[in-house]
Amino acid sequence: MPSLYHYLSLSALLFCIGIFGALTRRNAIGILMAIELLFNAVNINFVAFARFIDPQAIVGQVFTIFVITIAAAEAAVGLAIIILIYRQHKGVDVDKVNIMKW
Amino acid sequence: MLPYSWLIPCFPLLSFALIIFFTIKKPRLSSLVSIGAVALSFLFSFIVLVTVLGNPVTSEFKINWLDLPGFKVEAGMLIDPLTAVMLMVVTIVSMLVQIYSVGYMAGDSRFSRYFSFLSLFTFSMLGLVLSNNFFEIFIFWELVGLTSYLLIGFWFEKKTASDAGKKAFITTRTGDLAFLVGIFLLTTTVGTLNFQEAFHQVESGAISSTLLTLSAILIFGGAVGKSAQFPLHVWLPDAMEGPTPVSALIHAATMVAAGVYLVARLMSIYALSVPASLVVAIIGAFTAFLAASIALVQNDIKRVLAYSTISQLGYMIMALGLGGYTAGTFHLMTHASFKALLFLGAGSVIHSMHTNDIWEMGGLYLKMRTTAITFILGSLSLAGIFPLSGFWSKDEILLLALNKSPIFALVGLAVAFMTAFYMFRLCFIAFYGKARDQHKFEHAHESPKVMTVPLVILAFLSVFAGWVGIPWLSKGYSTFVYHHEVHHLEPNFILMLVATFVALSGIYLAYVIYYKGTISAERLKNRFSSIHKLLYNKYYFDELYNAIIIRPLFKLADFLFKKFDLGVIDWLVNAAGNFTVFLSWFWELFDTYVVDGAVNGLGYVVRGTGAGIRKVQTGQLQNYAFVIFFGIVLIILLKIF
Repeated sequence: MPSLYHYLSLSALLFCIGIFGALTRRNAIGILMAIELLFNAVNINFVAFARFIDPQAIVGQVFTIFVITIAAAEAAVGLAIIILIYRQHKGVDVDKVNIMKW
Repeated sequence: MLPYSWLIPCFPLLSFALIIFFTIKKPRLSSLVSIGAVALSFLFSFIVLVTVLGNPVTSEFKINWLDLPGFKVEAGMLIDPLTAVMLMVVTIVSMLVQIYSVGYMAGDSRFSRYFSFLSLFTFSMLGLVLSNNFFEIFIFWELVGLTSYLLIGFWFEKKTASDAGKKAFITTRTGDLAFLVGIFLLTTTVGTLNFQEAFHQVESGAISSTLLTLSAILIFGGAVGKSAQFPLHVWLPDAMEGPTPVSALIHAATMVAAGVYLVARLMSIYALSVPASLVVAIIGAFTAFLAASIALVQNDIKRVLAYSTISQLGYMIMALGLGGYTAGTFHLMTHASFKALLFLGAGSVIHSMHTNDIWEMGGLYLKMRTTAITFILGSLSLAGIFPLSGFWSKDEILLLALNKSPIFALVGLAVAFMTAFYMFRLCFIAFYGKARDQHKFEHAHESPKVMTVPLVILAFLSVFAGWVGIPWLSKGYSTFVYHHEVHHLEPNFILMLVATFVALSGIYLAYVIYYKGTISAERLKNRFSSIHKLLYNKYYFDELYNAIIIRPLFKLADFLFKKFDLGVIDWLVNAAGNFTVFLSWFWELFDTYVVDGAVNGLGYVVRGTGAGIRKVQTGQLQNYAFVIFFGIVLIILLKIF
């Protein structure tokens, strides 16, 4: 029977992978995917805490549903932006997108 | 009436202001204003004379001008018989000279200015004779000096005229310096500037006799300058460069007599100092002799008269030095009338002949009868021929000299002889004999009425003015103008005869030499050529002064200019300039490197920092996120430990 610590370890692992991916990937789509990983790590945390600390209350699960919903919307907006970037720069390499530079 | 006497000098002053400010463009009106003003002064002076004759006392009117603790300056008038006589002399001569000037100066480009100067002079001279204290008299003393300067150099386009003006001014200033020092010495000792108070102090022995003598001699220095006495006599002959009526008014009748007036006014002081009186008498006698001898050989008609004036002033000064208050001032009065006449007569001749040289004249009696007659009358009076004015006043002086010290009487007689000789030398050469310059002679003409009428009036005065001093009169000049007690010497018949004989012999000698030609002037000249040369060159006084005073002064000035001005002052100025240049160079460096450096340095620092920090802003979101992430990790780690 896996304990809370196993879930938390999995979640931390996922989070680290997500962070690593978000910070190192050059491809915008890759970054988006890494962010999804981050969300999911958080979701696992929510559900795990909800399940182990107070099984009667389902606050964690509900919160997770919200997060998944928002993440879907976010992914839609993000992909739309990426398509626009692609049209502008003929690519989705974020290194090339440095118009915020001084 | 007397309290209103201050109006007397005010009329000419007003006329001066009027001419200068309003009528300078209208010559005719200017001359009328000027003559009108002096006529009013004459009228008032006449009233003053009548009042004083009726009641011959000394009256003083004064107001406080400056009242400081321990020092008081008054403005006031001192009116006594002497003042009254002087007022008459000044106003009469001034009036006649101004009327004469209308003719003499006709057509001059500065006609109005000439009259304004004459008015200013008349104002100053009247103020001088009315003064009641040392301060006031000194102011007017300088004012007459100034107007004298202005009028001598009136034709300043002529270099000789402007030089003569400067010479007159500077020479008299030399005397005035002594005068001023004398005033300081006397007034600081007796503690008052007022004449009468000073006299009282002096008489009560408030001043030691040495100091009194010293200050009296110093004050006499002023008189020496103004009255052209030896050794400051050199300016008067040169002053003849001025218009002739000016010579008559200023350099014969009035201003040069101011020195005599000053000594007379301060008689109370001189009477108490025997050495000072002796100095005055000796200077007077010496000058009288010196100037008369120079006049013997001069060829310029005005210069002869100028030396004659110096000589006669010496006569007066000598009389005053011998204590002859009455005699000196009496001669001043008569001399003013006949010397003014002689100068105006000479002016008339010059006006028609356009030359001053007597050797270009001759035979003028035929052409200019009025001028000739009046001139000869004046000469007779000056020579001291009975019964003209000059006889009485000269007799008075000789009598006094004989009573006091016969040596002075001898000098006086010698001067009288020379006077008679040089005057008639002039008369015979100019008015008789053949015309020497035919061209000029033909153009000669009698002067207009406006010039001859003053001559006639002055001739009248030259004959009769002296009669007020006839010694047998019970109420004559000497009972009117006197010092302390009535001064009346017994008339001396023998002296009168001797004086007349001396004068006549002088005239006869001139007659023999210059009219008959029995004795050749040329041969005399060759016989005594060295003396003639000495006299002709005026004893080389000008050359002497040039050599011992003027040239060394020029040298000194030159030396100071080259060494001090160029060497020291210019050096200092340049040094200051160079120092400033150096300072500004230094400050420029400071500005460039310190001030600008600070400003630029700040800029560089800001720019450098900016350039460094800007690298942080990569524009890469991932970088930012990376920093945020590690930041959070760092915070968490800090929180835990």
